[in-house]
Amino acid sequence: MTDAVVLNDVSMVFNQGGDNQVHALSEIDLTIEPGEFISLIGPSGCGKSTLLRLIGDLISSTDGRVEVNGKPAHLARTDRDYGMVFQSATLLEWRSVLANVTLPLEIMGRSSVERQERGREMLDLVQLSGFEDHYPWQLSGGMQQRVAIARALAFAPSLLLMDEPFGALDEMTRERMQTELLNIWEATDTTVIFVTHSIPEAVFLSTRVVVMSPRPGRIVDVIDIDLAQPRTLDTREEQRFYELLTVVRESLRRADR
Amino acid sequence: MNSSPLSAKACEGPTDDVIHQLAFSRVRTMRRLANWLPAAVLFVGGLLFWEAIVRAFSIKGFILPAPSAIASAFVAEWAALRTAGVSTFATALAGLAVGVSLAILSALAAARWTPVRDGAMPLAIAANSTPIIVLAPIANSWFGLRSAWGTILVVSVLVFFPIMINLVKGLLSAESSQLELMQSYAASDRSVLWKLRLPGALPYLFSALKVAASLSLIGAIVKEYFGGSQERLGQYITSKAGLFQFEEAWAAIVLASVFGILLYVAISIFERWAIPWHVSIRSA
Amino acid sequence: MHKICGMNPTPSRQIRRLWSIVAILTLLAVGWEAYKWIGETTGGVWPGTTTRLPIRTNSRSMPHLWDIAVSLFRPARRGGEDILLVILLRAGWFTLRSALVGFVAGCSIGFGLGLLFVRSRLAERGLMPYVVASQTVPVIAIAPILVVWGGRLDLPKWVSVAAISAYLAFFPVAINTLRGLRSPAATATELMRSYAASPNQTLLKLQIPAALPFLFPALKVAATASVIGAIVGELPAGLADGLGRAILGFASSFSSAPEKLFASVVVSALVGLVFVGVVALVERLVLPPTRRIDPTEAAASP
Repeated sequence: MTDAVVLNDVSMVFNQGGDNQVHALSEIDLTIEPGEFISLIGPSGCGKSTLLRLIGDLISSTDGRVEVNGKPAHLARTDRDYGMVFQSATLLEWRSVLANVTLPLEIMGRSSVERQERGREMLDLVQLSGFEDHYPWQLSGGMQQRVAIARALAFAPSLLLMDEPFGALDEMTRERMQTELLNIWEATDTTVIFVTHSIPEAVFLSTRVVVMSPRPGRIVDVIDIDLAQPRTLDTREEQRFYELLTVVRESLRRADR
Repeated sequence: MNSSPLSAKACEGPTDDVIHQLAFSRVRTMRRLANWLPAAVLFVGGLLFWEAIVRAFSIKGFILPAPSAIASAFVAEWAALRTAGVSTFATALAGLAVGVSLAILSALAAARWTPVRDGAMPLAIAANSTPIIVLAPIANSWFGLRSAWGTILVVSVLVFFPIMINLVKGLLSAESSQLELMQSYAASDRSVLWKLRLPGALPYLFSALKVAASLSLIGAIVKEYFGGSQERLGQYITSKAGLFQFEEAWAAIVLASVFGILLYVAISIFERWAIPWHVSIRSA
Repeated sequence: MHKICGMNPTPSRQIRRLWSIVAILTLLAVGWEAYKWIGETTGGVWPGTTTRLPIRTNSRSMPHLWDIAVSLFRPARRGGEDILLVILLRAGWFTLRSALVGFVAGCSIGFGLGLLFVRSRLAERGLMPYVVASQTVPVIAIAPILVVWGGRLDLPKWVSVAAISAYLAFFPVAINTLRGLRSPAATATELMRSYAASPNQTLLKLQIPAALPFLFPALKVAATASVIGAIVGELPAGLADGLGRAILGFASSFSSAPEKLFASVVVSALVGLVFVGVVALVERLVLPPTRRIDPTEAAASP
């Protein structure tokens, strides 16, 4: 089976040679298997968002090898191998909820019938049936973010890249969204790479947590999260959950030193 | 997976929704009336006050004609005013159409190619701070005093720059995350233009269009202060003012204002239809 | 991470900008001369057709660009002492003076209206529709009438011209002053309330500083508008010393010396540019770069 993502000795330098040169990432080695749920965690400025953008080929690395599904990142992008969710829902305000979800299908030239069908299916998956004809501004922040997830999954990509998707939501909504995301992850067999700076979020969601250090960003620890699947509301009360919070927290403290 | 309380809203019956909307729209109408009331009162009061002042102090017509005198001049001169008004309005519209079309093409080029933008934007801003109306005598000498083409040329140059500047701004207004989203779909440049940049630029285009609408009419009139056909409003106003027939001149100004407001309203209605999603319209 | 490049364009970018400007200007000049050349070789028709070119290409309608430039440095009248440029600059200065008076008056009125509107909802509701309507109304159309009023009141003619400038200049200032005074965030206003600041203190310490970035783009628009008002106002006023009449004069002698008309149009454009340039310079001195609204972004926002 091909690995979902392979990062081999990846470095990233912004404005190389300029007087405002920034060494964002250094010697990143990481292999992600299909079906994993990986969280990237670290203090702000550790380059976790940059790493996510390298995997998505939204920027190109200065050095090293980035492979997605066994091919170079730019080929994976043109093959539409991944869906992306940002911190802001990034919905197009002139499109209805359904039209936002079907946007990628439109760009990929799928038929109108398929778009409608698939769009409604995705809205059902994120519990937004009945909101097809609403506009983004009529939805709460949590609902907007669910539309963004539906949109990212609309073309059934094998990989989902999420850049602090719940960062702007309140704690209650956030925990509910986490549960829903795990349900979707199980239902769709998607590999997820999830950037966050919340320790409980990383531990609750992930199969592995990747801890990064700041300037230049390096991987300091990869922590296996051996909590039982499927995770439920009770998972957050387990003794093991608290132990893992401590492990990640201590690793982060070492990384920041 | 429990359905969230947020999605419960969708299950409410349509009747509640309709009643809610009706009640809401009535409140809205009342509020709109309340908003316009002070202006309406001032308008009617102002007209009455104007009329009263003119009569009480028997102010002569060449200083300030009474509203009633302007109204009767409007009726008496209607045939001449209509011809002049329609001709000016049509010329202004033609100039607006030409200027807007050229501005849209230039803006697309400037938004697409950075070197074009680097040169064109500072020049457009500079040109926009010059008194473009002084092109009028050149236009007159090129096309002749009676030709409408001179006016069309001046009006189209006048409206070109504000439209182009605003549209370039609109085309570049897409957020970086929106562009990254399109990039993540490996969307073609054409897709990005049609699905992201153009819809996002529409609000900017409309706000510039509203400015350009009044500009086109003012331009068409003022261009003729430098000479033009007798059968258009600009020359009508200057010749009547020259003959101290101010009731007629004012009647022509009122007609020009009505045309200006009509054009503005028409564009606003079109805007409401074209971009109902934009914050300026949904919050209005 | 993604906004590392700073606010100020790098020197190399500025140079590339300059090259683009030069390139576009050259292209326009070449276009003018090429059109003229085509017309003169084909006898005024599109090459290979019998369709007439829309604009005649003889030296009367389209003088060579260098002829226009040279005419600026030749005596304007036969036997006259002054070269055309000096005469036009004198006329420009005359026009600019009326424009300046109108600009100051118009901007003061506009700023005052903005202050009034931000203080009184009733005043805003009653007057704002008229302030906005004044934009859709061809205010400049009343220029001939304002001139007669001024004459009746025994005012010098340039006062009427300045009044027209003021009429055109006040609107953008009023609108942007109001927008600017309303621009502070609710939290900033609450902060002032928590200090029990008086309305005047809030105005001076919070609202007016916040309004400055909005005010300057409006002042630039007002500067252009006041120059337009002055040039157009001079036509019915019959003021012989200004640019407006100079342009009309050269327009009537167009057939004998067309390049003078073109030269006077160029100088009029320069007067507008200089005025706006001065306002931009003041803005640079008053506001730090981060608070300036980029002119490429200052156009009417939706």
